[in-house]
Amino acid sequence: MSYELIVIGAGPAGLAAALSARKQGLTRIAILERDKYLGGILNQCIHNGFGLHRFREELTGPEYAGRFIDELSGSGIDVFTDTMVLNVTRDKQVHCVSPQYGYRILEAQSVVLAMGCRERTRGAIGIPGDRPSGVFTAGTAQRYLNLEGYLCGKRVLILGSGDIGLIMARRMTLEGAKVLACVEVMPYSGGLSRNIAQCLNDFNIPLYLSHTVTEIRAQNGRISGVTVSKVDENRRPIPGTEMDFECDTLLLSVGLIPENELTRGMGIAIDPRTNGAVVYENMETDLPGVFACGNVAHVHDLVDYVSKESEKAGAAAAKYVLQGPNEGEAIDVINGDGVSYTLPQRIRVSALDGAAEIFFRVRRNYGKAQIEVLSGDESIAVYKRDRLAPGEMESIRLSRELLSKARGEIRVSIKEQ
Amino acid sequence: MTDVIVIGCGVIGAALAYRLSQYKLKVLVLEKQNDVAMGATRANSAIIHAGFDPEPGTLMAKLNVQGSNMARTLCEKLSVPYLNNGALVLGFDKEEELTLNKLYERGIKNGVEGLSLLDGEQTRAMEPHVSREVTLSLYAPTSAIVDPWEYALAFAEVAKTNGVDFRFEQEVTAIEKTAFGYTVITRKGRYDTRFVVNCAGVASDTVHDMVAPKSFTIRPVRGDYCVLDKNENSKAHCTLFQCPSKSGKGVLVTPTVHGNLLVGPNAVPCEDKFRVNTTADGIDFVKRMALRSVPDVDFRSTIRSYAGMRANHDRDDFIIEFAAPAFLDIAGIKSPGLSAAPAIALEALKLLEGVGLPMERNPSATDERKKLRFRNMTVEERQRAISENPLYGRVICRCETVTEAEILGAIHSPLTPHSIDGIKRRAGSGMGRCQGGFCSPKIVELLARELGISPLEVLKDGAGSYILDSETKDGEKANEL
Repeated sequence: MSYELIVIGAGPAGLAAALSARKQGLTRIAILERDKYLGGILNQCIHNGFGLHRFREELTGPEYAGRFIDELSGSGIDVFTDTMVLNVTRDKQVHCVSPQYGYRILEAQSVVLAMGCRERTRGAIGIPGDRPSGVFTAGTAQRYLNLEGYLCGKRVLILGSGDIGLIMARRMTLEGAKVLACVEVMPYSGGLSRNIAQCLNDFNIPLYLSHTVTEIRAQNGRISGVTVSKVDENRRPIPGTEMDFECDTLLLSVGLIPENELTRGMGIAIDPRTNGAVVYENMETDLPGVFACGNVAHVHDLVDYVSKESEKAGAAAAKYVLQGPNEGEAIDVINGDGVSYTLPQRIRVSALDGAAEIFFRVRRNYGKAQIEVLSGDESIAVYKRDRLAPGEMESIRLSRELLSKARGEIRVSIKEQ
Repeated sequence: MTDVIVIGCGVIGAALAYRLSQYKLKVLVLEKQNDVAMGATRANSAIIHAGFDPEPGTLMAKLNVQGSNMARTLCEKLSVPYLNNGALVLGFDKEEELTLNKLYERGIKNGVEGLSLLDGEQTRAMEPHVSREVTLSLYAPTSAIVDPWEYALAFAEVAKTNGVDFRFEQEVTAIEKTAFGYTVITRKGRYDTRFVVNCAGVASDTVHDMVAPKSFTIRPVRGDYCVLDKNENSKAHCTLFQCPSKSGKGVLVTPTVHGNLLVGPNAVPCEDKFRVNTTADGIDFVKRMALRSVPDVDFRSTIRSYAGMRANHDRDDFIIEFAAPAFLDIAGIKSPGLSAAPAIALEALKLLEGVGLPMERNPSATDERKKLRFRNMTVEERQRAISENPLYGRVICRCETVTEAEILGAIHSPLTPHSIDGIKRRAGSGMGRCQGGFCSPKIVELLARELGISPLEVLKDGAGSYILDSETKDGEKANEL
């Protein structure tokens, strides 16, 4: 079987990319989804706050996904759920399995990678101590709670102030659990400010910044308590600052990692800063005709931006199929002072329709600050912000004229005022 | 009345049950935990040692080399992941070069085949990531890596298939001498038997003391390990040891049969033999020492850390001897216990036969087990597997590519697991980079459905390790809908 476009993943990124490619004129599109349902992680995000930018209303996760899923019916896009992609070759053969269709090799002219991300685990951050049950990543606990209908525990400590952890602090409190505290190793929160306000402050849940969990203790196979310590500027625990909490549950909300196993298997270049593919201005990877978007490319804060970025990727895939490969010299986009990554990492100025949008995250909290774009030592653009926070994705627009002045590479830096 | 009671079902108890099950004997295995391989067998270096390390003339030397020679054939017969990857012991200075020469001589005396000494350049030609500081190494081509859980499970499953009775959560609390042999007492029952074999691991001294005067004391030694993502797997092909010292074989860097990179262990004497917690200092030490062997290991790719307890003791050699008439101790089986396990079982059989255990072959017994693993299949095999059973087409564990057919196979295997970790040990699910984040809820659902229990009763691991606390406020209503 052969398609103009195969989209891997039917979360918000995959859905938006497929629909956008359809609108741009592709007719033979397939979406492959490993779960039995479309919508991805949005299905377990039953809180509201989705779609404020895109639809100007507050939707729940399933409602937000529903808007796209509704559009799918009648679009002529082939949807294969319960289908796991095992690998993709460089010539775009997609190997996948499902109980219904067995092992298939699908041919594609273009591919959109939209596999999303996974959560960092206890193992990745190496919390010492016993290894009992009751230690969950926040998203797993969220799935048990919102999709399966089970509460993981009654006395909860949350490590990490990522958005899912904050949302779960509120959700578990509403279900009758006691959330003792949220503990964050960095001196600032990793989540959205509105979630700190609505999920912690509104429920009097203390937030301990510059603290971490230094030991997990168990009784009879289940977590019975943790030790929390203050950390120094190098994130090393400070002896003598230990606090003990008795709890039956530890939730981890300590970061998300783009799931790029398929991408790596295809030999596509990965950016160690985003843990996602290196992409051009149209979300194309260094393998022509293969695009990446959503959380598989870089971790987003709001789904609205995922949809927007993925529409760009879908449209670019359509353009690739209908008009042929993109060519032209590219300039590199580099992160300068105070910036942890930029996306896209490369811009082909000649391929730009209008302006290029550059997304990035800052390394720490800033008050009034200037975002400066430099080419060599020359400042080519400056943007002002009242505040910047690592938990929130920032973006700037650079016009084609401005970019055509750049030589070789541009650098995005932050200057506090 | 049974012929033999085996106390403890780690790899030693399981290997012994496997051998005993080849004969017309009534055998009962009593295990304190709720599954096979819950002690030292579940948390160790997973190495089948070549056998150059133990002192010549010891049981450890003899049984290590014998066991290591048996492992390849056994693993093939039992579908146990095994890879003969070879080992290098690294020397960093003149003193360690002397140690390596001694190990080489010792290995020859122990009957280890194919040993050779390599200079620094030759070592790095084999293992490009090895430190520039290495001046000499001992190469042992017969060294191998194995999946220790599967090794023990395979022995136990075949024994079960052949009619051996396994009882779990049966901690032995007392043993009484009787006219015919012994009565072994647990909180759940009393079991009469003619012979007893004590394979109780770190608790083997406690069990010994139930029938005989104290003759040894277990002095448990804990070790921390880090498991790294498969993307670090190219850093070592052989198992890379440092020179052994009194406290153990030192920190190693090795690939695992699952394709990860494993580093560890340290050696910390412990008071509490049943608490296998990791410590920040232990993990730091292990990382530091591993970087001495392979300076470019990227520990940001760590996916898990764990600790294991070795049954070290106040005597030197393995303790394989009668504590009392018809009561055999197989105690203090520290490293290289995993390597020696199948040979220890044969040794025990000989000793039991010597004191009158009737050894008549059971012609209907099997000594094989077949296990299909989707991730190891070719495209054609995968196509065939799914056409025969569509559930091979549903991937439950995405990191390790484990299918629903394999999860169900694990649930309905001869020794029914009741926990997610039990499924992990049998099917390999949850061992990857997401550490079960995505597949655990699905496995809870499958376990509950297949065993006819509530998800609230599904365990993560041992007794008491419940996963879900309660239904949500509207949970019941949701189920009714």
